[in-house]
Amino acid sequence: MVSLLGIPPQVLFGQLLLGLINGSFYALLSLGLAVIFGMLNVINFAHGALYMVGAFVAWLLLTYAGVGYWGALVVAPLVVGLLGIALEKSMLSRLYKLDHLYGLLLTFGLALILEGAFRHQYGVSGQPYPIPDALKGGQNLGFMFLPNYRAWVVVASLTICFGTWFAIERTKLGAYLRAATENPTLVQAFGINVPVMVSLTYGFGVALAGLAGVLAAPIYQVSPLMGSNLIIIVFAVVVIGGMGSILGAIVTGLGLGLLEGLTKVFYPEASNIVVFVVMAIVLLIKPAGLFGRER
Amino acid sequence: MSVASNSTHVALRGPARGTGTAMIAAALLLVAVAAPFVLYPVFLMKVLCFALFACAFNLLIGFAGLLSFGHAAFFGSAAYIAAHTVKVWNWAPEFGLIAATAVAGLMGLVFGLIAIRRQGIYFAMITLALSQMVFFLALQLPFTHGEDGIQGVPRGTLFGLFDLNQPLTMYYAVLAIFVGGFALIWRTVHSPFGQVLKAIRENEPRAVSLGYRTDRYKLVAFVLSASLAGLAGGTKALVFQLASLTDVTWQMSGEVVLMTLLGGMGTLFGPVVGAGLVVTLESYLASTSLPVPVVIGCIFVVCVLVFRRGIVGELLARLPKRGR
Repeated sequence: MVSLLGIPPQVLFGQLLLGLINGSFYALLSLGLAVIFGMLNVINFAHGALYMVGAFVAWLLLTYAGVGYWGALVVAPLVVGLLGIALEKSMLSRLYKLDHLYGLLLTFGLALILEGAFRHQYGVSGQPYPIPDALKGGQNLGFMFLPNYRAWVVVASLTICFGTWFAIERTKLGAYLRAATENPTLVQAFGINVPVMVSLTYGFGVALAGLAGVLAAPIYQVSPLMGSNLIIIVFAVVVIGGMGSILGAIVTGLGLGLLEGLTKVFYPEASNIVVFVVMAIVLLIKPAGLFGRER
Repeated sequence: MSVASNSTHVALRGPARGTGTAMIAAALLLVAVAAPFVLYPVFLMKVLCFALFACAFNLLIGFAGLLSFGHAAFFGSAAYIAAHTVKVWNWAPEFGLIAATAVAGLMGLVFGLIAIRRQGIYFAMITLALSQMVFFLALQLPFTHGEDGIQGVPRGTLFGLFDLNQPLTMYYAVLAIFVGGFALIWRTVHSPFGQVLKAIRENEPRAVSLGYRTDRYKLVAFVLSASLAGLAGGTKALVFQLASLTDVTWQMSGEVVLMTLLGGMGTLFGPVVGAGLVVTLESYLASTSLPVPVVIGCIFVVCVLVFRRGIVGELLARLPKRGR
């Protein structure tokens, strides 16, 4: 096989795959952030911490209860979702009448507590989490080797992303949700229990983060700090995409993951900062974000 | 738009309260002059550096309604600049500090030009993302020495006269820097410029309709705040003879938010009180087995839920309402 621009294809496609996987996580997390922001007007700083909690729940289930990957894939998002609903009911719901920035500050405090607690208990080094037996091995595609688990992560997260998009944009429940986003008072007057819907939305949004945590556990190690660095990149992704659209969040997440992968091939030194540079450029050209509306 | 709109409005008070504040300031200054004979000077210098940092941050959140979640970028970068110019280029400390402040101000200009294009919650996210970029740069650029940081920075001799290796001399130099920075913030808040900032905080569309170019006002406030945060960071590098990655992390940005929130956003003395408390608490926690982030996080949550005015804000709200 010939090399492209002096880069061996294995390297190029390998990095693109890594980028696609990172992008899948960006998409899942920014989707959850966008869903929560749409309904609650809160930027959920604890999103990264709850992603970490999802991964830890999977690891704890395996280590102490013998529950494997597939069980964790169901249980961990439920646990994280319920935790989210409890946090929303007990704390966040008191702040809706105030400036939105207080929601950000509260969830920042929650993120510190969650991360600090896990760090205190399990230290900073990562815990390995095995790939489930059914997804071990990989395919030789001729130009590159594709590990099965990584293919599964991409397919699974894309399915979830588009499933969420479909549920919100094309179903009746989604229509209620969108209506409550536009005008909660009116929707409440029609007999829909908006506070419950808000709690469930927050629960669903963070459950997505928990699910992403389980998906991530076998790829990255399960460590208390795995969420905190990711969340800031996801914030940048959200700023680039603009929070107006669900589809925008998904496309931007994947696109930036790929861009990061490409940067790793052609100019590795900049791969950590490329997302932030793109953010700055987008803000200078189109301040509302690529898919956003100025509100 | 404003976080601090429920807190007390310092400059809207009458002249009687103004002289009262001046007297409190004079009394505090006396305490600060006497303090190193009672308390450990390095601890006090740390408090003063963070107090200046928090006051600079408060200028934005408290008086312009802008929540910057990336102030560590200015604080930490300025620390690197001061440490590098003083240690590697053998500059005198005063020039190191000027360079640190200038670089932080320039960074503030760039950040500000990008971030003020969005408002509210987006502003916070953008500043956070930009400061994370600075963190990665600090991790990779050769002159910052990555994980090691710049160590063993000489304190030198201020203006060729004052030997900063003497703890007391260093302390009074830091105190002078703090008082200078605080006075500048005081002057800014009570100037017509500060009044326009407050108008923007309370109701930006109205300020626009009155003919103010609000973006320019916000940008100037942002640059001023970044420069002062830089001055604080540069001073800290001289005090601890160290510039490290800790000072550019997002946790540091969060810490300065907490200091301001705890002391009282939009009050002049609040950030000073908050910085003193947080630094004291952290040095206390360091000797226990309690996890620091958990405690800090809990204070955050309690402050946001039930104590949004902060300590000084709560005190001012309880004072009799004369002179308003």
